[in-house]
Amino acid sequence: MSDLERIVVLAGGLSPEREVSLRSGDRVCDALIEAGIHAIVADADSALLSLLRADPPSAVFPAIHGVCGEDGAIREVLGLLGVPYVGSVASACQMAFDKPTAKALTAAAGLVTPSSVTLPRETFHDLGAAAVIDLIVAKLGLPLYVKPSRGGSALGAGPVRTAAELPAALLSCFAYGDIALIERFISGTEVAVGVIDLGHGPQALPAVEIVPGEGEYDYAARYTAGKTEFYVPARLPAEVADEVARIAIAAHTVLGLRDLSRTDLIVDDTGTPYFLEVNVSPGMTETSTLPLALEASGHSFGSTCVSLLEQAAARGA
Amino acid sequence: MVASEIRALFAVAARPEIVSLAGGSPYVAALPLDAVGAMIGELIASQGATALQYCTAQGDAGLRERICDVMALEQIRAHPDEVVVTVGSQQALDLLTRIFIDPGDVILVEAPSYVGALGAFASYQANVVHVAMDEDGLIPEALEEAIRRTAAAGRRAKFLYTVPNYQNPAGVTLAAGRRHRILDICRRAGLLVVEDNPYGLLGFDGEPMRALRADDADGVVYLGSFSKTIAAGLRVGWAVAPTAIREKLILAAESAVLCHSSFSQLTVREYLNTQPWLEQIKDFRELYRERRDAMLSALSRMMPPECHWTQPAGGFFVWLRLPDGIHSKAMLPRAISSRVAYVPGTGFYADGSGGQYARLCYSLPDPERIGEGIRRLVSVIETEIQLRDDFGPA
Repeated sequence: MSDLERIVVLAGGLSPEREVSLRSGDRVCDALIEAGIHAIVADADSALLSLLRADPPSAVFPAIHGVCGEDGAIREVLGLLGVPYVGSVASACQMAFDKPTAKALTAAAGLVTPSSVTLPRETFHDLGAAAVIDLIVAKLGLPLYVKPSRGGSALGAGPVRTAAELPAALLSCFAYGDIALIERFISGTEVAVGVIDLGHGPQALPAVEIVPGEGEYDYAARYTAGKTEFYVPARLPAEVADEVARIAIAAHTVLGLRDLSRTDLIVDDTGTPYFLEVNVSPGMTETSTLPLALEASGHSFGSTCVSLLEQAAARGA
Repeated sequence: MVASEIRALFAVAARPEIVSLAGGSPYVAALPLDAVGAMIGELIASQGATALQYCTAQGDAGLRERICDVMALEQIRAHPDEVVVTVGSQQALDLLTRIFIDPGDVILVEAPSYVGALGAFASYQANVVHVAMDEDGLIPEALEEAIRRTAAAGRRAKFLYTVPNYQNPAGVTLAAGRRHRILDICRRAGLLVVEDNPYGLLGFDGEPMRALRADDADGVVYLGSFSKTIAAGLRVGWAVAPTAIREKLILAAESAVLCHSSFSQLTVREYLNTQPWLEQIKDFRELYRERRDAMLSALSRMMPPECHWTQPAGGFFVWLRLPDGIHSKAMLPRAISSRVAYVPGTGFYADGSGGQYARLCYSLPDPERIGEGIRRLVSVIETEIQLRDDFGPA
């Protein structure tokens, strides 16, 4: 029986990923209750601080995605409160959540990541969008992939096959954030690799191969059951599977992450894996890849959540 | 942007941190809840066995009598036997569509039209044809043209669906001078009119408009609702229809739900019998008028000159036209990030057009929040104007 007395699962938030976060939070909370632990879901709203102060929990499990949840803000506040929590510290989250920063740091550590540029919308305005777009296409070539520099669930993200498509893609991107990350599009096998550290160092879970039913692995494909096929372990040659695991652990380590993370990669047709981004609060829904990988590797979802929380509680604030 | 993405954004819009000009819900907190609670307690104590029992598919006779009193405010003379109580007017819409529509049949509707009606029509695979409106509501010439075109295509429209008063979403009202003309056009074309009138008693100026049904009992099916004048949660609406249609409605209602909630019906009946409901409607009108004024004032003060909006004389909604090249659905994520929500215009057109429009609802936030919401929205639109100028139209 666990020593955990009371757990608060943080879910919701005000980012467009709120709905997903609530599903993740409910799933974690249900698993904890099933494991016999008193757990509740709480939102990151004006009632949270009173709740945490009035009856401090043994630990908090942050399951908020996007801004507030993954940018380090809520963890900074948990640190101020002295409440133990699962996952990475605020400063590491800040680096991981900002995709260009994460790419730069992992590239400096020797990981391969698609060449890219990062530009705020003001730059297009100040210098002239058409001229900047011409430069981007001339430098990076086509196709491209455009996404907000911060955010997840592929919201505001999409491929660009011709130069004429780039303005519309940038408009979609800027609807979700003011800075665009424009990457060279890598065609290949999309994989997600979870990393768990249960006190013996970061361990990579089996890679999950993502095959969207039609089109892109977009928001609908991510969170609609049956819209995407998952292969666990990914159908990769053994040496490539080892390599994506190594990259996920390296990204986790280089960015100073803690407890759990999920790295997204593309393996191109030559078998070269490209680091795309890392998530410090991975989705925990029934269609999310990290729970699939846990299950495939023989970890029970609930007992893993409990172990992470016990570790956090033992570690303290 | 796909439907699931829109749903995700609206999940955020429900949070109190967001100024929601989306919604469309009545401000039921203005009801005298203590008095209503006591009334319900008394209802159960004295008539519990009836209130908690089945009733007839047509609805409680006493309630239907009171519904006739309510409709008399809009000059409708109806007998209680002509009334069918429904689960909100939405159920009446669903039943009418089930009765009249085979896949591909044409329904004429205003442009834009109520999203709930469009949903019901879509579920029966109707072919929805929008008819233009202006600030005086449905344009008679546009209606004639739509009927002519439909006939020229070898089809006949099954009915005209209209929300003549303080329309959802456009906020406009069919001008008194047009009402006879619209009825005449429909009569000549043999076209049934479905008059959906949830907001008719919530006008801010003068007496309620005369209902279309008041002038054509044979050609108009009238749909009424207590959702906006009493409480949406009770789900009590009604239909008044010519005899042949009414009988089919009763059968269809019986098939769908056996009978409507006796408890809800008796609650409404008792409310109408024992509470000062006309005074309460006056209070609602004043409250919504104040909020309408706050929204129109904020729009006038802050909106960029490229934006235009309607001037509702009642109801809940302002219909905002955005600058050319700006799409309300594409703009929604930025609006949510800026903590303001609205409904993109695309939901009010069967073909998903209407992206240049947004529906703004003033019924729920107080005047101060409405002003703040418009301030946030203006900032979002100004950014969109810059993006449009930089990258081209959305």
